Amino acid sequence: MGLQQSLPVERAAGGDRQRLDVREMLTRYGTFIALIVLIVVAALLSPRFLSPVNLMNVLRQTAIVGVLGIGMTFVILTAGIDLSVGATLALSAVMLAGTLESTGNIALAMLAAVLAGMAVGLGNGLGVTLGRVQPFVMTLGMLGIARSLAFLYTGGEPIPVLDRTFLTLGIGYLWKVPIPSIIFIAILIVAALVLRYTPFGRAVYAIGSNEEAARLSGIEVGRVKTSVYVISGFTAGIGAIMYCSQFASAPPIAGEGYELDAIAAVVVGGTSLFGGQGGVIGTFFGALIIGILSNVLNLMGVSPFAQPLAKGALIILAVLIVGRGRRG
Amino acid sequence: MNRNSPLLEVVGITRRFPGVTAVDGVDFSLRAGEVHALLGENGAGKSTLIKILGGALGKDRGTILLNGASVDFHSPADALAAGIAVIYQELVLCPHLSVAENVLMGHLPRAAGLGIDWPAANRRVAGVLAQLGVTLAPTTLVGRLSTAQQQLVEIAKALSRDSRILVLDEPSAALGQRDLEHLFGVMRLLREQGVALVYISHRLEEVFAIADRVSVLKDGRLVGHWPIGEVTMQGLVRAMTGRDLGVIGGAETDIAAPVRLEVRGLGRKDAFQDISLSLRAGEIVGIAGIVGSGRTELLRAIFGADQPETGEIEVDGVPVRLRSPVQALRHGLGLLPEDRKLQGLLLGRALRENVSLASLRRFTRFGILRPAQEERAVRALMGELQIVARGSGQSVETLSGGNQQKVVLARWLARQCGILLFDEPTRGVDVGAKEEIYRLIHALAASGAAVLIVSSELKELFAICPRILVMREGRLAGEFAGSHLREEEVVDAMLMGGRSDGTAAVATG
Repeated sequence: MGLQQSLPVERAAGGDRQRLDVREMLTRYGTFIALIVLIVVAALLSPRFLSPVNLMNVLRQTAIVGVLGIGMTFVILTAGIDLSVGATLALSAVMLAGTLESTGNIALAMLAAVLAGMAVGLGNGLGVTLGRVQPFVMTLGMLGIARSLAFLYTGGEPIPVLDRTFLTLGIGYLWKVPIPSIIFIAILIVAALVLRYTPFGRAVYAIGSNEEAARLSGIEVGRVKTSVYVISGFTAGIGAIMYCSQFASAPPIAGEGYELDAIAAVVVGGTSLFGGQGGVIGTFFGALIIGILSNVLNLMGVSPFAQPLAKGALIILAVLIVGRGRRG
Repeated sequence: MNRNSPLLEVVGITRRFPGVTAVDGVDFSLRAGEVHALLGENGAGKSTLIKILGGALGKDRGTILLNGASVDFHSPADALAAGIAVIYQELVLCPHLSVAENVLMGHLPRAAGLGIDWPAANRRVAGVLAQLGVTLAPTTLVGRLSTAQQQLVEIAKALSRDSRILVLDEPSAALGQRDLEHLFGVMRLLREQGVALVYISHRLEEVFAIADRVSVLKDGRLVGHWPIGEVTMQGLVRAMTGRDLGVIGGAETDIAAPVRLEVRGLGRKDAFQDISLSLRAGEIVGIAGIVGSGRTELLRAIFGADQPETGEIEVDGVPVRLRSPVQALRHGLGLLPEDRKLQGLLLGRALRENVSLASLRRFTRFGILRPAQEERAVRALMGELQIVARGSGQSVETLSGGNQQKVVLARWLARQCGILLFDEPTRGVDVGAKEEIYRLIHALAASGAAVLIVSSELKELFAICPRILVMREGRLAGEFAGSHLREEEVVDAMLMGGRSDGTAAVATG
């Protein structure tokens, strides 16, 4: 790292620009390029891949992990991690289903899901800031707690979700696009704008980049860090709404392992696990890459036993390529 | 040993990076038993050159001759094997291991079987340390040592491998006066033993104190090399910068100006006790003291970064309790922290974000940032501080030390703080940028800001502060102003606590 620092900046501007640019292109657009390559390969391997029905399927299946990934991006940008999102999704889902069952009120049920998610997030945030528990440990503990609460609430059985109006959310279309994908894109746009054009967004990057410097510059570090976990809980709640409306059921095992897919989407999307670098647009592409990969493997009839292998290899490969030229 | 034929000779070394030639046809020679100072502004190519010598970087062209034979290093291990050890600014010791383990890392003596012969290891390290005149137990954990002691461990590590050439990259940046004297003592000892030393520093006084010869680099080229007796400080500055260093006098204190900051009886356990001081608008007050005297802790406590346990603080005559930096900022205080990389900069982020970080509210309306306004303010500050960068979007990681420091300064200018606490404002900054920072501090004071400066460089305090407070072992040990502002007295207060009756020395005139 000291290498670049020893160079006089004024002269770095001239000279062989070409090489610098290629490298920067790869760092900046690597995820996007990988996505294009993957789409081309997928289309060549399976003619069905490019059919509109299949593409819509991919979009719908990407939505949940994508939404979780957006919340996860906020957390990871502050150099944190949220391992509890899958379990939080389950807790939110059973709260939603339970509320819907007893009141029949869709709005109230969705509110219950989102509030449950945010409450879990608040717990994570306070544990990390006030309790000074490491994010990994705090959210790992919360994973167990939330999952267990979901089991206790349902007695272990899934709660069916039968309201037809509500189910359109998961399986319906708006302007020929699956509704979950529209929700995903809407949240993505808001998140991208918040990160770029608000003091809160700047604070998120500042904390991930150098927490002490941020604190000494008057950033309310505790408040911002708590907020990112609440945001992650919120997106888990939204994920629960999508899950219940797609699968017409709220099992307490819902969302198992989703936290890993969400983290993978963030990392493949070029966000540094050390914080301070990256963003939600990358996560969008990262989620698409993972979604498309699963889809292609299914289309090609690859054994489900081999699928995680392909996914894991892809994640490592993507980070090797995207991560080159990036420090830490 | 023949002291006249060079031990190491470097001829026409060139190293290019994309977009820049960092070292361009540089010649350099080193004799056994000499201290050779290597000078140059940030970005002049010193770091690149020593990395090539240490095997951390390859060269594009040129020859390295060791004892007259051409050598080619492919890794730091190669250079070490050839007897060249480079001690970088960022020390690379393992804090959780003992002094002995660090010194002998990779070649700890083996006992029978797979074990390590600890008694032998400790004996050997004790021997090396004794050779350096250092009293340190080989079993101490390195993490418990001061920076100065860690440097000595690095030197011991180099000696334990029979290094004949020792390169010290700005060892003084993190040292107080007393530690520096000790280091110089060690260097003189090594010189007598025939070791060749390359010494890099930004502080010219040190170069005159220790070096036998001096080489100056500028923009990747060698400007020249001279025996130390043949150059003057002015001459070296001219060689490094291409111009003369202007002299800046201290501004006089206006006793009619309102008091901006009043500190009474401030104390924090294990750091400092019973500190009282006042700071008027337009005033520049210096705090002198060796490392560990509590000066940095005092600034942090005033700023609310750490909590003082006793005492009170008034801002503009109103008592305040500053429980966090957020509250300090609201009262118009700004802190330039001691270590810009650890506490000041968002290294991977753009210059723009670094500058506006403390004043985002200024650029926000209805909760939304206004990039055009921000950009305009940042541009203006870049011009005012003469920050050299490709643009406001450049990552601060790639800026030189001086420009990085200006970025942190710009952050507080953007915030328009009325009370500024500067901790080592020119540490690791080259001569040219230093001068600009001094001018800026003066301009700030002239516009009514109150400035409190902590510095390890007495010369610096004398150059810019009409009034200097001295801290020693956590207490105020003296206050000097006007005709009493003499270097010997300040140093005396720093080290001995001033008057023999034990009371603080207060001398104003």
